[in-house]
Amino acid sequence: MTQPLLTARNLVKRYGRVTALDHADFDLYPGEILAVIGDNGAGKSSLIKAISGAVQPDEGEIRLDGQPVSFASPLEARKAGIETVYQTLALSPALSISDNMFMGREIRKPGVMGKWFGMLDKPAMDKFARDKLTELGLMTIQNISQPVETLSGGQRQGVAVARAAAFGSRVIILDEPTAALGVKESRRVLDLILDVRSRGIPIVLISHNMPHVFEVADRIHIHRLGKRLCVINPKEHSMSDAVAYMTGAKLPEGVAA
Amino acid sequence: MSDAPDPVVERNPNESVASFEHHSRGALARLQHFLHRFPTMVPVIVLVLSLIAFGLISPNFFSAFNLSLIMQQVAVVGTLAAAQSLVILTAGIDLSVGAVMVMISVIMGQLAVNFGIPVPIAILLGLGCGALTGGLNGLLVTRLKLPPFITTLGTWNIFLALNYYLSGRETIRSQTLDAEAPLLKLFGERFNLGGAVLTWGVVLMLLVFAVLWYALNKTAWGRRVYAVGDDPESAALAGIQTKRVLMSVYMIAGVICALAAWSSIGRVGSVSPTSFFESNLESITAVVIGGISLFGGRGSILGPLIGALIVGVFNSGLRLAGVDVLWQLFATGWLIIVAVAVDQWIRKISS
Repeated sequence: MTQPLLTARNLVKRYGRVTALDHADFDLYPGEILAVIGDNGAGKSSLIKAISGAVQPDEGEIRLDGQPVSFASPLEARKAGIETVYQTLALSPALSISDNMFMGREIRKPGVMGKWFGMLDKPAMDKFARDKLTELGLMTIQNISQPVETLSGGQRQGVAVARAAAFGSRVIILDEPTAALGVKESRRVLDLILDVRSRGIPIVLISHNMPHVFEVADRIHIHRLGKRLCVINPKEHSMSDAVAYMTGAKLPEGVAA
Repeated sequence: MSDAPDPVVERNPNESVASFEHHSRGALARLQHFLHRFPTMVPVIVLVLSLIAFGLISPNFFSAFNLSLIMQQVAVVGTLAAAQSLVILTAGIDLSVGAVMVMISVIMGQLAVNFGIPVPIAILLGLGCGALTGGLNGLLVTRLKLPPFITTLGTWNIFLALNYYLSGRETIRSQTLDAEAPLLKLFGERFNLGGAVLTWGVVLMLLVFAVLWYALNKTAWGRRVYAVGDDPESAALAGIQTKRVLMSVYMIAGVICALAAWSSIGRVGSVSPTSFFESNLESITAVVIGGISLFGGRGSILGPLIGALIVGVFNSGLRLAGVDVLWQLFATGWLIIVAVAVDQWIRKISS
């Protein structure tokens, strides 16, 4: 079997008396879509934040490609090729699509203007943003310099996913990407997720939406009480099984009570 | 129509994937969208209308002399408004700009006149002190996470007190400056430009706005300032070091206040610890009338320049028309309220 690309072992994160992560494990294999599900408060967002650098675990080890890593900030995780699309999308509504795509990693003009006066290469940035959106079939947006706040919810999600796909070389994490979307727009985003996987980039998908999870996921990581309860194959388990495991109504085979 | 595709039908390859919904909008909604894209148009329209109105009322209004006088009068507050704009763009507010400016003018004057430090060095030290004052505000806002309003309310009083302490409540007179530190009065010196009489202070103000316009619109730093003001959490998640951006904003604002201090010495002709007492509020007025949103992240840096000019034009126009000074305040007050109301209305577009 191939080696996992991203692993976490024995992650612990405490907030005061609350233990959000209680010796949690995590494995992501190359080229797969791994769904992470769990009840509210099960600690899945803490797990994802630890992997994406937004939170620093108190104990435990994260390895990327076998190498131990520790991310002090989302910036460091991004530098290592792990891109996260947060539920809030982390877009600046008043700025343009292209500004948002390049937020924090702008392209400067070559030569003196760029080096000494910090001048941005807007044509290059606009072209790149346009290319990336077109690649993902998202060019429903005519004007790359239009502010993000004038886009629909699905279009905004598309911009955020396109940004992650454009720069996420190793892993893309999607936090509840369809939670705020209508049926049509959700469909678009799911297609987008499958499209990104077909480029060979593994995806971690956090979602409450069981039909979406069972449709696109290759494996499902069930998180319960701060740790990984089990990983199931969606082809061998039903949605009601997954929900039962998640809520503790039923124990998966091979897991001691 | 048959179902067979007609190859002649205009099918722009870009458009085949581009389907942006175009609702038919009313005139008011179109205006809202227009102003949303170009928020500076509000102050521009107000400026043009007020110029026309006052020009019709008083024939002297449009003389080159009067117009250049307006420029001279707004030069100091306009420069301060540039500093204020930066802070307000990050959804903050800086109540200390006026106190910083007066304190720095005192520092420059004291160092040059009473401590015998060469004037250029005294000016450089003053600019450095400006950066320090901004750094103090920035540290309090980013490290102690105090609201900018409270932080700068505090430092306003502190700097005012230091200002009285450093100056000994005494004015350095114009003659003394002429004799010992004429360079401090540089920005008060006049020159002719086709009938208009301008001061170097006006040039400084325009230069500050030009540099800021470039930095905010053409550099990565500028985009980050807007992003931090727009939504600091999103900006941080998108990988921006928001604290560093805020620190840079407050420190640059401090340096601009110090430049305004240098300019103010030229404008007043002396170094007075009691001058420009209301300049912090006047700078906020210019920024708000200029269409920069108090909620951060929106508006053009050129707006406050126009905002400052609007206040200047109203004051000059009403004075030339022989109207009591109190109506200048009255008009400015309404301008502020209308400007903020328009901003709120424009912002509704995103919801």
